[in-house]
Amino acid sequence: MANLSFSRREFIRLVTGGTAAVLISFNTACRNKISRWRFLNEEEITLLDAVVEQLIPTDDFPGGRWANVSNFIDKQLDTYYRKHQTVYREGLAALQETVIRMKGNKFEELSYADQTTILEKMEAGEFTGDYWKNHPAANFFDTVRQHSLQGYYGSPVHGGNRDYVSYRMMGLDYPNVIGQNRYNDLSWRIYNAKSPEYGK
Amino acid sequence: MLNLLNMANRHVNAVVIGAGAGGGVVARELTAGGLSVVLIERGRWHTFDEHGDDELTSQRTFPLKCGYGPDNERNWRMAPDGKNGWRKVFPNDWSYGNNAACVGSGTVCYGAMAWRYQPVDFHLKTKYGAVPGSTLDDWPLSYDELEPYYEKAEYELGVAGDPTNDPFVPPRKNPYPMPGFSYNREGIILEKAARRLGLHPFPIPMLRNSVPYLGRPACIRMRTCVGYACPVDAKAGTQNTVIPVALKTGNCELRINCMVSEIIVDDRGKAKGIRYFDADNKLREQTSDLVVVSASASETARLLLNSKSKLFPDGAGNNNGWVGRNIQDHAYTGAYGLFEDEVYDDVGPGACIAINDFNHRFPDIIGGGVLCNEFIRMPYQFASIRPPGSRMWGKDHKDFQKHYFRRHIAIHGPVQEMPVFDKRVEVDPVVRDFWGIPVARISGLRHDNDIKVAHFLADKAENWLKEAGATHTWQSVPGKESTPSQHQAGTCRMGNDPKTSVTNKYGQLHEIDNIFIADGSLHVNNGGYNPALTILALGYWVGDHIVKNWKGTKMK
Repeated sequence: MANLSFSRREFIRLVTGGTAAVLISFNTACRNKISRWRFLNEEEITLLDAVVEQLIPTDDFPGGRWANVSNFIDKQLDTYYRKHQTVYREGLAALQETVIRMKGNKFEELSYADQTTILEKMEAGEFTGDYWKNHPAANFFDTVRQHSLQGYYGSPVHGGNRDYVSYRMMGLDYPNVIGQNRYNDLSWRIYNAKSPEYGK
Repeated sequence: MLNLLNMANRHVNAVVIGAGAGGGVVARELTAGGLSVVLIERGRWHTFDEHGDDELTSQRTFPLKCGYGPDNERNWRMAPDGKNGWRKVFPNDWSYGNNAACVGSGTVCYGAMAWRYQPVDFHLKTKYGAVPGSTLDDWPLSYDELEPYYEKAEYELGVAGDPTNDPFVPPRKNPYPMPGFSYNREGIILEKAARRLGLHPFPIPMLRNSVPYLGRPACIRMRTCVGYACPVDAKAGTQNTVIPVALKTGNCELRINCMVSEIIVDDRGKAKGIRYFDADNKLREQTSDLVVVSASASETARLLLNSKSKLFPDGAGNNNGWVGRNIQDHAYTGAYGLFEDEVYDDVGPGACIAINDFNHRFPDIIGGGVLCNEFIRMPYQFASIRPPGSRMWGKDHKDFQKHYFRRHIAIHGPVQEMPVFDKRVEVDPVVRDFWGIPVARISGLRHDNDIKVAHFLADKAENWLKEAGATHTWQSVPGKESTPSQHQAGTCRMGNDPKTSVTNKYGQLHEIDNIFIADGSLHVNNGGYNPALTILALGYWVGDHIVKNWKGTKMK
């Protein structure tokens, strides 16, 4: 659980106000401090959502944002991908800072086409700025890209691929019923009939 | 204190290290021959239910972890960092060279192709002469000698195959125990195309039941087969065939979650048993008359190198410095083709058709390999397959995924690698694993010939796809860098000359007569085929030799 820390004003209201005020303040504090994410924060998720929606856009099937790709990445950063925590924390901040410097707005506030252009520059390693000198933008781009593809195309047990969206998109029925025998596929019997070896 | 621990472990005739393809079979043979055996395995039992069809932890694509072991928490190796130094790599890094670590090892989660090597594969030096830059040599063992053991593996584990239409099939005395598998839709398309090209397609022999066999049911044609355990046990591994048979004799104790740190070799140069860390990470000893190492080409070499003694200061059987040398894999090559119509019918495991036409049949090509259609590529793996120059994200990438998953065919083949002396396994002088055992480091480059043959085979694969009606094709050819993984072989090669080999033709160390090797380490070269059946056959070969020459507590 996140720590519940109250501002001075909230504290005064808490001790001086009535019951209703206490409840309201408590609620506000809760909403602000308790995150549904494990490692990333709301701002990072908002940015990451916009990025994954670029990497895997919505068309006649939902894209990366709907498929919970950010949730997949956040979950892995708390488990298998702990070693990538710093990369994400610093990389996402540096990405946002770079975009604001270039465009005057946050990444998620740009038009879809502008976002695409930014990511193309990032993939090509064309970001300027001190951070990227020691942490190549292309590397961070590829890390996020790989993880996003894992989140969209991997098994939903890891937090992404909501409702098996990618499997449905690719025409892979799911669940794949264990025990189904393809007895209607008689080609092997036909094949065998051609071979003089069989029946011996 | 150690003596007390020894009393807890009853002395046995043989310790077999590693319950994979080689070790499982050796345990079965020794126990049938009346020897008492401890089969020791660093991993544990795995089931399909534990893993399901989770692609991200499969043995095929493992970005999160290697589901069938080993774990990242206790196991690592060193790999070249590209700057004349080393870097630490973990089992789910590609440069680690992972092979499953569990009861059955790779045979739990492999694709189960059941190839015999060609007779000529056992005397390549005689056929091609010395190859500059390679330690290519003849095996001390001929195909004819191994043939009965190939057959025993085929019958005791169960192979489905039909060699009728393969004019290049290695000679066999008896048919396969089960009929061959049917072709899926792409197999049917490829068969017609191959015939038009004058090639000779046939169904891939598989260690997988086409009909019920030995109490296990027939295959249900899952799309997740290679990289996953089988939900119905139609796929044969040592864990569901020979290991249960060994256990049933009452002569075999399978000890899991135990990591062997060294073979104890006394001052007179005899093996006395092993030291290992048990499931509670306590150091234990197990004494035995005989030690059989079946820990995979990389870990077998590591264990021998870590087993230092007075007479063998550089590791057991390593006074000539050949242990760990010549590690090989396969230089997988091939091509992809895109089609207008759907060629995917979701009939697993996908790989079903092969041609042997491009193996050892061209005077200017040394070696070669079989060509097969590839196992089903699951969604995440497919997301990395695009024509060269494609953007690997965004709308085009998703469109391709959606449209071409069901409209593409991959043809791949394992190019036989030329053994290279400096492509090798060593132990790191500094870095140790979780238990404090010096870790393996693997380095070296492929021989130029491998790349040449890879281009040759990729051309043939691409032609085949074009003939089958592919509208767009591209090749996928490997480079010289590789870390041998699931097909690793060759680090303790057998040979008649003790100066240029590690064991004799029976897998017995030249230098220590009560240590045997029984895994891919023995391969002098690794064939143009998946090596599992040859490792199984060598397990029977080595086991049979031990049993026939066993007298009380030692070899005759």
